[in-house]
Amino acid sequence: MAQKELLKVKNLKQYFPIKGGFFGRTVNHVKAVDDVSFEIKEGETLSLVGESGCGKSTTGRAILRLDDPTEGTIEFNGEDLLALNKKEMRNRRKDIQVIFQDPYASLNPRQSVYQILAEAMEIQNVVPKQKRRERAIELLETVGLNGDQVDRYPHEFSGGQRQRIGIARALAVEPKLIICDEAVSALDVSVQAQVLNLLKKLQREFNLTFLFIAHDLGVVRHISDRIIVMYLGKVVEIADKKTLFENPQHPYTKALLSAIPTPDPEVKKERIVLEGDVPSPINPPSGCRFHTRCPFATEVCAEKVPELKNHGFMEEGHRAACHHVDEIASGELGPKY
Amino acid sequence: MASGHSSTEEMAPKKIKKERPAVRAFKDFYHRLKKNKAALVGGYLIIFLILVATIGPFLTTDGVNEVNYTQKLESPSTENWFGTDHQGRDIFTRIIHGTGYTLLVGFLSVLMGGIVGTLLGIVSGYYGGKIDTVIMRFMDILLAFPGILLALAIISILGGNFINVIIAVAIFSIPTFARIVRGSTLATRELEYVDAVKALGAKDSRIIFKHILPNVLSPLIVQSTLQIATAILTASGLSFLGLGAQPPSPEWGAMLNDGRNYMLDYGYIALFPGLAIVLAVLAFNIFGDGLRDALDPKSKK
Repeated sequence: MAQKELLKVKNLKQYFPIKGGFFGRTVNHVKAVDDVSFEIKEGETLSLVGESGCGKSTTGRAILRLDDPTEGTIEFNGEDLLALNKKEMRNRRKDIQVIFQDPYASLNPRQSVYQILAEAMEIQNVVPKQKRRERAIELLETVGLNGDQVDRYPHEFSGGQRQRIGIARALAVEPKLIICDEAVSALDVSVQAQVLNLLKKLQREFNLTFLFIAHDLGVVRHISDRIIVMYLGKVVEIADKKTLFENPQHPYTKALLSAIPTPDPEVKKERIVLEGDVPSPINPPSGCRFHTRCPFATEVCAEKVPELKNHGFMEEGHRAACHHVDEIASGELGPKY
Repeated sequence: MASGHSSTEEMAPKKIKKERPAVRAFKDFYHRLKKNKAALVGGYLIIFLILVATIGPFLTTDGVNEVNYTQKLESPSTENWFGTDHQGRDIFTRIIHGTGYTLLVGFLSVLMGGIVGTLLGIVSGYYGGKIDTVIMRFMDILLAFPGILLALAIISILGGNFINVIIAVAIFSIPTFARIVRGSTLATRELEYVDAVKALGAKDSRIIFKHILPNVLSPLIVQSTLQIATAILTASGLSFLGLGAQPPSPEWGAMLNDGRNYMLDYGYIALFPGLAIVLAVLAFNIFGDGLRDALDPKSKK
């Protein structure tokens, strides 16, 4: 697959200051995202997974420049978004849209569906005024709603329908990249499947690229081409979907995958249970951030930050950030339990 | 919602009464306001005062400043309902004519103070950071003065007349509005739909006026109503001290001051303007309290 890179995130850091003391000085930082790099190819779906607080949503918000990142570059179509001024960025926002988690909070309850969609078109001036209504109806039908519901208000819709309106709003400006921030997490399972299938269909129709932020591996497995696993603000493993699910290398990824329930009660799985909680991102552990909970950790893990790299024997494009990938794979190093 | 409303997507029932959320919210609000008897009385009183202020002056038979020394300091009678003052002017007539002044001071000063305070509060809450610190510290300075003292200071700078009273009272109500609006803005700013509109590339002005302002409106309305009461009281106080409306204008506070010298022997000269002030302040206060209860989403059943 020789697709061109649409989005390239390089050394992204997002530190949130903690104010304290008498004069509101910055006493420390929450290192929500710490040196994350990845790229998204045109037309693919890249998923960002990890447990709560690992910085996946923060990464998404940084790409959208809803929060300005501390450091790093975000290249979209070869252009650094962080170097743009406010006005240039406003124009560029047409290309990158977002679908939020909560379908109840992401629509203004005072606006009708038509007003919501027309506002999007008006801001980016993509459709002339007379044709906006027609286009709004068309958009609703694209996302599987009835065109005659265009004058209704958000409270008249169910959660799944609202999420479809959110998708229609994102589509209204004809974006290239859509960031789905936990877009289906708030929906029940049957509606989740419908919305996911809708997203897939839209991707084929409009050649969309998705950055899919989720914590549910089942959902991720359904929709992704490639997957990034994050832990405490860092990328621990990147691989295409098949490789990651069948042949994970990083101990954290393995633990995550072992937590997926199997429908067959006869199948005995090796369940890796991680001890303790996620450490605080204010004072993250030294070296490999996972070493405090890793069953394979050795001394070197507490001292050196592991590099995210391909360890030779792994598939192309598969990279993991662990000192002991080789030893674990060969069975030389066993878990300490 | 209408009962028997089918929830399936395809079967959109034709005869559903469509109401804009604003209309629906207003009906809902009126319904709850109606249950609060005190607030309703306050509301009617306000309407009554407005009627008196607008058509009252055309119905009185005596002139406002008609001096008649042959009948000065007369007790209330069928001729002069509220009696006459030390210059023989009919107090009832003067109170009717003074209603307009009082309401004008209340509404105008709150309107001016409200607009400035709201803008400062929204900007402060929306942008945060240094802008927020500078604006809010300045508001804290204004708040640190006792209200009447601040108004006095402003009047002594600007000079005492009717317009300056409005300006002084407006300035003194700015910080209250700024604080309330800032608080609501902080809460609204975090909503996902604000982020969504921002991600679409909306300008700050659009986000502020179209998406944040409607959300801060209800605390704003309540505060305005209560603030009108305070404004009326402050303006009357200033006039009483001789710093506001100048004689012979029939401002209630000024009339109160006129009556002060005759208080022991002719109490009614001060009594009736005083009662009028109490009535106006009370009306706005209880109506404001009722509004707050009716607009509070938590009190919804």
